[in-house]
Amino acid sequence: MMNNLRGAYTIWYRDMLRFWRDKMRLIGAVVLPLLFLFVFGSGMGSMMGALSPGVNFSQFIFPGIIGMTVLMTSFMSGVSVVWDREFGFLKEVLVAPISRASVAAGKTLGAATIAVIQGAIILCFAPLIDFSLAPATVALLLPSMFLLAVAMGSFGVLLATRIKTMEAFQAIMPMLTFPMIFLSGVFYPIEAGPVWMSVISKINPATYGTTIIRQVALRGVPGATFDLSLFGHTMSLWDNVGILAAFAAVMILLGMHSFSRQE
Amino acid sequence: MNDHIITVENLTKKFGELVAVNGINFEVAPGEIFGFLGPNGAGKTTTINILCTLIKPTSGKATVNGFDVVRQQSQVRHSIGLVFQDPSLDERLSGMQNLYFHALVYNVPAKIRQQRIEQVLRMMELWDKRHGVVRTYSGGMKRRLELARGLLHHPKVLFLDEPTLGLDPQTRNRLWEYILDLRESEGLTIFLTTHYMDEAEKADRIAIMDYGKIVALDTPERLKDIVSQDIVAVTTDDNDQAAQEIQQRYQIETRRDGNELVFEVAQGEKFLPAFIREFKTRILSVSLRHPSLDDVFLKLTGHEIREESAGDTFKAIARRHGYRTRR
Repeated sequence: MMNNLRGAYTIWYRDMLRFWRDKMRLIGAVVLPLLFLFVFGSGMGSMMGALSPGVNFSQFIFPGIIGMTVLMTSFMSGVSVVWDREFGFLKEVLVAPISRASVAAGKTLGAATIAVIQGAIILCFAPLIDFSLAPATVALLLPSMFLLAVAMGSFGVLLATRIKTMEAFQAIMPMLTFPMIFLSGVFYPIEAGPVWMSVISKINPATYGTTIIRQVALRGVPGATFDLSLFGHTMSLWDNVGILAAFAAVMILLGMHSFSRQE
Repeated sequence: MNDHIITVENLTKKFGELVAVNGINFEVAPGEIFGFLGPNGAGKTTTINILCTLIKPTSGKATVNGFDVVRQQSQVRHSIGLVFQDPSLDERLSGMQNLYFHALVYNVPAKIRQQRIEQVLRMMELWDKRHGVVRTYSGGMKRRLELARGLLHHPKVLFLDEPTLGLDPQTRNRLWEYILDLRESEGLTIFLTTHYMDEAEKADRIAIMDYGKIVALDTPERLKDIVSQDIVAVTTDDNDQAAQEIQQRYQIETRRDGNELVFEVAQGEKFLPAFIREFKTRILSVSLRHPSLDDVFLKLTGHEIREESAGDTFKAIARRHGYRTRR
């Protein structure tokens, strides 16, 4: 047990070291969401007006963009195991006297931590779009972000154990990330879109993450929750948390299992 | 239990149809430098990967430091240090951070961690560069860092898979000085694979591997006794006629190697002057060699071991598909 904890901690610690060393990556990861928020958001928002009483377009996409940041960062970090394989470092990890499952767990936690840090950085820009955040809301947002990050990070780790070549990796990544972002309700309310899109969005696990973040962020604005409805049932915050947590749990277990079996 | 630090019994590994390792047996004594010699694709790396628990054998048994490589993976992993054929460093971290990570993973106690790291870095003459990012290191520095890392947790056995591949001769020599010093000072057992003959000769014992089997296992000296005679290579105006003449005059079989005619004689230094005086066919060149492991390999397997080249990569592939490329 101690051995497994130490293993997971070490892998997590390495991710933190790398994150800290790579400050350029940090800036790069924040620029894209901010572009969406300020350029895309302001431009579209000026044509649209309020989406719901008291919520303009920028304020609507703000929680979505936090979700997008968390989703992209954690997914990419999880999948970065592929790079470790390519550059050989994975071998050092695989012959180390720590269990493979703890490596997968540590990697997921590392990815999630980095993702939450980057999401929190975006959160700091809230005042610039007149988005009021109570301290209690922030305190609820962080675990919401973390849940989404764990789900996507472990999904990334699982995927990385299956992708063996860089060519496959480069082909698959954009095919997965972009649909996952665009079909998760980051930029528009899912229930307002065409049926086929809302069906795909509801299959996309990331949707529940962005919805949770939006529900929490807008909890102070009455009637502006943009709830999902699944088979005629309006999804409460806890319903969404349940689905995302279940998905995260399955991904973690599959990721640990798949990691243990690779040679 | 026995006194051997590594034991291997009937070890076999198949990848689908391909038998990479075919029922090999050997033992390694503590403090020994044990070399695996063979061409690419002979099964050396596969054997190392089994011994260091990276892959599981199809059948057979192997122990390292008394621990079974399948059932006691964690204990085996604690007992061994590794330098892989390909680099396995985190290139975005510093040398120091790479070692710190390793110390954490191998549970080197916090109290002695810094001291150990400093010790191995100084030994490998990397202390001054410890804060540099590994990406900026030269090939030789990376290898030294890997060697330092492999020693950090005081393993019982150090596995070196083609440790000097792609390094220039000077760096190779330096690396070998370090390795020999380590055996001297730490009493470490060293298990290495190579396809450089001169490197294999530094081992106490050598197992010659070909097509997944061990074809010979002995000290370099005794292996060279297999080819007890000196080797003469001549080129002549007419090699067919020369071969016939050698057969008639000395009752010696010759062998073609390119445009050379190769044959073995006892006491080559005494043979040559008379040979050149008496020989009727015009000789263009003549050379005399004492047997090397290359010749041993050739004698045992019927084909040559060569350093990696495009042609050999092709041969290795052909070999994997079961086509033998014999002369």
